[in-house]
Amino acid sequence: MSAARLVERLIQLPLVLFGVSVVVFLMMTLTPGDPVEIMLADQRATEEQAQALRRDLGLDRPLPERYLIFVGNALTGDFGVSFFHRRPVFDVISERLPATIELTLVALLIAVAVAVPLGVAAAVKRDSWLDRALTAAALFGVSLPGFWFGILLILLFAVQLGWFPVGGRIPFDAEVPWVSGFLLVDTLLAGRPDAFLRALSHLALPAITLGLPAAALLARVIRSSMSEVLAADYVLFAEAKGLPRRRVLFLHALKNALIPAVTVLAIEAGSLLGGSMIVETVFGWPGLGRVVVEGIFARNYPLVQAAVLLYAVIYVTLNFGADLLYAALNPKVRL
Amino acid sequence: MSAPLLSVRGLRTVFPTRRGPLAAADGVDFDIAAGEALGVVGESGSGKSVTFLSVLGLIRPPGRVEAGEILFGGRDLRRMPAPELRALRGRMLALAMQDALSALNPSLTIGTQIVETLRAHGIPGDPRAEAVRLLGRVGIPDAARRLGDYPHQFSGGMRQRAMIAISLAARPRLLVADEPTTALDVTIRAQVLYLLDELRVEDGLAVAMITHDLAVVAERCERVMVMYAGQVAETGPTAEVIARPRHPYTRGLMESLPRLDQPDRPLHPIPGQVPDLAAVDAGCRFRNRCALAVAACAAPVPLRDVGAERLSRCIRAEEVS
Repeated sequence: MSAARLVERLIQLPLVLFGVSVVVFLMMTLTPGDPVEIMLADQRATEEQAQALRRDLGLDRPLPERYLIFVGNALTGDFGVSFFHRRPVFDVISERLPATIELTLVALLIAVAVAVPLGVAAAVKRDSWLDRALTAAALFGVSLPGFWFGILLILLFAVQLGWFPVGGRIPFDAEVPWVSGFLLVDTLLAGRPDAFLRALSHLALPAITLGLPAAALLARVIRSSMSEVLAADYVLFAEAKGLPRRRVLFLHALKNALIPAVTVLAIEAGSLLGGSMIVETVFGWPGLGRVVVEGIFARNYPLVQAAVLLYAVIYVTLNFGADLLYAALNPKVRL
Repeated sequence: MSAPLLSVRGLRTVFPTRRGPLAAADGVDFDIAAGEALGVVGESGSGKSVTFLSVLGLIRPPGRVEAGEILFGGRDLRRMPAPELRALRGRMLALAMQDALSALNPSLTIGTQIVETLRAHGIPGDPRAEAVRLLGRVGIPDAARRLGDYPHQFSGGMRQRAMIAISLAARPRLLVADEPTTALDVTIRAQVLYLLDELRVEDGLAVAMITHDLAVVAERCERVMVMYAGQVAETGPTAEVIARPRHPYTRGLMESLPRLDQPDRPLHPIPGQVPDLAAVDAGCRFRNRCALAVAACAAPVPLRDVGAERLSRCIRAEEVS
């Protein structure tokens, strides 16, 4: 990646965010349903009270003005107050975000740990039963709806076998002081290996639900790039030099085969964040995804707007990170 | 001739195709002595590269060496366990490829790619110092500083020389050079060929020079092997073969090339096309393009002694002129 490309990416970020902010603002306000009506649904409020609340929330002003207020505040880091929680949106999000990031990271880890060995093995033993099985499994994995797969896992491993909890993130008796927000880290910092294991067992099923379909796609990408690389002259030359097989496969071949996989992985990470909305809902995982889903139903404009903006920032940053990693892996690309 | 370093008999390498097995090398016999340079000529698809990749044990599945003997220093490489053959590759049998840009790994430095070869074969001494010496020997200036460069940072000629330095790093006994100088300009080509000559004389390195370039063969190789459609058409001392071909294909090859000493001589391309290797019979494979072909050519034609250390796969070898 050239320096020009880097600058281009940096310019891109605010433009993307501007676009996203407009779209999410319009979508939220134009979808039918009134947050005030939803909030007051079972409270027999008078029309005056409803108006007062509407004024209080700033919903009585014209649309462009509301957008400008929203953007102006957002630029100063103020995303408003969550209608439902009656607390700053920023606080609500920062409480929920670590749970989602932890889930996504573990899912990515599962995806990579499963996909790299399988993709390499399938490429080395092309047209073997392993290769065919992987192709079938990948197709299955890619077309699997996350909520269905998640429910299936719950039914089998949580309800039938009882190996894992049905949902949630950690039981009350295993709660530890909040340090990083990542339970796998905080339980260890608190010196509670028992709590660590319980957090891990809560994490297992949702992370597998997210990670396995991602692994399927990634394994396909690695298989095809690895097959291509294995046919390259430099692999033949490395073998002709008498290098050990392991070095030929994992240094000469895999290093080059992973370059396209990195880009796919970054896009995967982005879609895992999106996929986590469904998985978090199925598993009762207290992350950002679930709070956004609830926010959409409650027409909780400030919360959803801020969260979607955050998703966009993460997505663009991930792609930027993929470009940097691509440059690090590929010496022909220099910053 | 003393006992050859490499002796190949009846080599048959096949690749499965939809129309049945294709023998890209079929009954190939030849010898190379230590210190000798054997030129291997023939058009694309004649089986030159396949023959020598078979020797190195580098035929990729689903292709495989189906029959034959590959004796190297008296041991049959085909019967050797894979790890032993791997240890021999690079150390005893080395390969230099046509295109260094694709033969060198784009994401590893030149230094890494030399040092790993030295380490894989347990070459004593400091590998980095040895790498610098090797690069210096192929004429790469300021070699110590360039170890950290990636292949794309080298010029084309330097890349080719660096690759040859890697091939020669563990001081092999036999170098299979597959069109190693085609991509080089004249001065660098001469430099590389001179280096190979030097190693042949000093170390007794044997070189199998696979090439389209008959001039290189005429200049550098004592003996030449002409291949056609997966078989050896003829072998013999280079000067003899060029002056008096003993196979109609060799003669056709000579006549199709321009000659500096006879600039006005018309060029005669060989009529017809190379036969489909998946559909050849047991007879002479050149007969449908050959002016000397007779009915007997449809019967199997063995490689036979035609005198003066020469072998030909033609029943009318003596009539070729």
